[in-house]
Amino acid sequence: MRDNMDDLKGKRNDGEEQLSLNDDRRVKVLSPGTLVAKRFFRNRLAVIGLVILAVMFIFSFIGGVISPYGQDEVFYRYDYQAKEYAAVTENTDFRYTSAEGQNFSGMLQAQFMLAAAKNETSFTYKDVTYSVAKEGEDFYVISQGNTVLALAYKDIVNAEDASTKLSFDFQRAALKAYTNEEKSFAVDNKEYTVDENGGVNQGGNSVAYISRFVVQSKVSGVTFTRDFKEQLAQAIESDQEEFTFTNEEGTYDYTLVYDADTKSYSVKQEKETQVFDTYSFPNKAHWLGTDRNGMDMLTRLMYGGRVSLVIGFIVVFISAFLGIILGGVAGYFGGWVDNLIMRVVDVFYCIPSMPLIIIMGSAMDGMRVDPQMRMFYLMLVLGFLGWPGIARMVRGQILSLREQEFMTATEACGISIPRRIFRHLIPNVIPQLIVICTMSLGSTIITEATLSFLGLGVKFPFASWGNIINDVSNSFVLTSYWFVWIPAGICLLLTVLGFNFVGDGLRDAFDPKMKR
Amino acid sequence: MRNYIIKRILLSILILFFVSFIIYTLLRCLPSSYVETMAQQLSMAPGAKPYEEWLAQLKGQYGLDLPLIPGYLHQLSNLLTGNFGDSWKFTVPVVDKFASVIWISFIMGGIAFILELIIAIPLGVIAATKQYSKADYAISVFALAGISLPTFFFATLLKLVFSVKLGWFDLVGLTGRDFYQLDAVGQFFDMAHHLVLPIVTLVVVSVGSLMRYTRTNMLEVLNSDYIRTARAKGLSEKKVIYHHAFRNTLIPLVTIVGGSLPGLFSGALITETLFNIWGIGYTSYTAMTAGDIPFSMFYLLFIAVLTLAGNLISDILYAVVDPRVRIA
Repeated sequence: MRDNMDDLKGKRNDGEEQLSLNDDRRVKVLSPGTLVAKRFFRNRLAVIGLVILAVMFIFSFIGGVISPYGQDEVFYRYDYQAKEYAAVTENTDFRYTSAEGQNFSGMLQAQFMLAAAKNETSFTYKDVTYSVAKEGEDFYVISQGNTVLALAYKDIVNAEDASTKLSFDFQRAALKAYTNEEKSFAVDNKEYTVDENGGVNQGGNSVAYISRFVVQSKVSGVTFTRDFKEQLAQAIESDQEEFTFTNEEGTYDYTLVYDADTKSYSVKQEKETQVFDTYSFPNKAHWLGTDRNGMDMLTRLMYGGRVSLVIGFIVVFISAFLGIILGGVAGYFGGWVDNLIMRVVDVFYCIPSMPLIIIMGSAMDGMRVDPQMRMFYLMLVLGFLGWPGIARMVRGQILSLREQEFMTATEACGISIPRRIFRHLIPNVIPQLIVICTMSLGSTIITEATLSFLGLGVKFPFASWGNIINDVSNSFVLTSYWFVWIPAGICLLLTVLGFNFVGDGLRDAFDPKMKR
Repeated sequence: MRNYIIKRILLSILILFFVSFIIYTLLRCLPSSYVETMAQQLSMAPGAKPYEEWLAQLKGQYGLDLPLIPGYLHQLSNLLTGNFGDSWKFTVPVVDKFASVIWISFIMGGIAFILELIIAIPLGVIAATKQYSKADYAISVFALAGISLPTFFFATLLKLVFSVKLGWFDLVGLTGRDFYQLDAVGQFFDMAHHLVLPIVTLVVVSVGSLMRYTRTNMLEVLNSDYIRTARAKGLSEKKVIYHHAFRNTLIPLVTIVGGSLPGLFSGALITETLFNIWGIGYTSYTAMTAGDIPFSMFYLLFIAVLTLAGNLISDILYAVVDPRVRIA
């Protein structure tokens, strides 16, 4: 024998020790677990699935940590927005200023209007005769006897400094000069000049200006300078739609829009404003752009993946827990216990889960449940509706397992019943359990995403892949902003595909009849 | 056999009793303010009764003023006498609304189901006979991708490609804008045209599981002894597969197909909602989100009945089709 061995050793030619045929070392011993792993890794689809899942887990759980942005961090950008700035009306009605101590009532105003329209020089009201003197274009002075009562005019005299009140005499003189296109006038021994734009100056200082346009501010705390008004008037007269005006605050663009109904111009100021950075296209700062709330899409995707995966795992854990206990008890005891539990399973099978969750979701909408609590309820309900399938499978397996010899042995050893079920029977069901759980992880994630898509699952501010895609219910997003919903859909598809590939591979790997 | 069927039907009725009780309890558990909100809304409508009257009527109508068990019995007696109540949302009797929308769901589901069978069975058989070939991998990936596709995502993709980019189909709806100007044939084709995308969605999303099912069963049959015998006899591969194996694969297929027939009436909730097609699914979705308790209750019960009927049919078919199954 020894010679023989030496002889064999001498003959080796490939550098490896030659062993006899029945030597134990020739046989590579593999545990059942290793066999399963081997079969699993030989399945290409399963390995692809595993890689996908690994990537998705890293993306969701580590990505959220690495990402420089928060889940609900809102981004802003500066944008030029046209804001209502002022409204301009061209004055077409007479306005009146009565002299000091005089009263020019509404009735008199109406009488004057009639007279002016007929070009009469006087009118009578309640046996009193008033004389009307036309002193310029659309400018009348109304007097009773020798007393001047009031001025009627269409061009309005505005003081340069809004706090000073212009005297009656000044207004009269200024209007007279302006409407007759005179260059100067004098009031109270002061000389004033009038330029063609209606500006009234005294010795180089502007005092007032005359204009037919009434400018009203649409923004609180804004008063208009004379320069601005003049430029506005020019723009209106020359039918410009846009003009630029520079003052100490900076240069702004203004647009003019004429509204025929109110016969007024609305002036919009183009101003740089801070707005939510919504739907910005993918760029360096936001690799997948931003969503409707101006949040970073990629970060939302990461957190959404976290939510989707965590919900999936918790739901499957709940249903597996219930399913194992009830299925195990039903399978082990048989008889009426089995019958009862299986009828409960039948009842649960018949409850339509999707409609039920939709009803609950809309009820929670009605009650304004806090989004976080909502997530918990969702998990509980999904978990509670998912157990019958697992219970049925566990029971079926245990029914056949409990008839085997090792169970008789446990009985003979006097092991307690819970221990018999959960230590000796359930571990034998684990392979099928793993397969069914992996598969239902995928379907749970789809269910959760569908609910969130309908707006009845996970709610803002929490992200979930479903509620990210929810944005496409706005058809503008559907057509123009692919980056808002396609990445989330692909993540969802890949993850579920990964779970299905792995589940499928595990089923094949656990199957001892498998030939490969 | 007859005894078995009678036993199963009685059992189904018992299960239905419990299911209806659970559904009733859940709907009862909706916050009572819900009915109040509903009454508030109903009383807002022009010419409606005041709030208190609505509230009393609604509570009385649904036995909400009674304790749980008497309330359920009250409701049950209503259901048994065929009084399903009026829909709050659509303001017509629930049954009328159901009857008016169920056919479009059935047609949609039926066409999709036939297409699924036509696609899934041959592909499943091919995948099984050429196990681990490229074709098998391709079919498996296709099937699993179909299973993994969220309906709403796939439907949206279809909309983007075929409605928005190519403009071949309308984005939503069952009829085009000039539907009422068309003659009968034109109306038929208009509706058919609008059903293309929803049916494609349904088929792609659900064809995968049937394909996998066919493959698994075919593989099981191919591994059985009588196939080995058939091969040993020297029969041609064609004869072995299509004569001996395929016929035996049909047994589980027939049962599952029979079992899904009632489901065709249940409507496709997500697909119909996405394409705004007023079938059972979309109608019920609208009713449920609007808190329409009578309609939701009827819908849930209806689905439960369909599920039970499906199970019953598939069990009976199993016994009928497979001569090896003997029912005591």
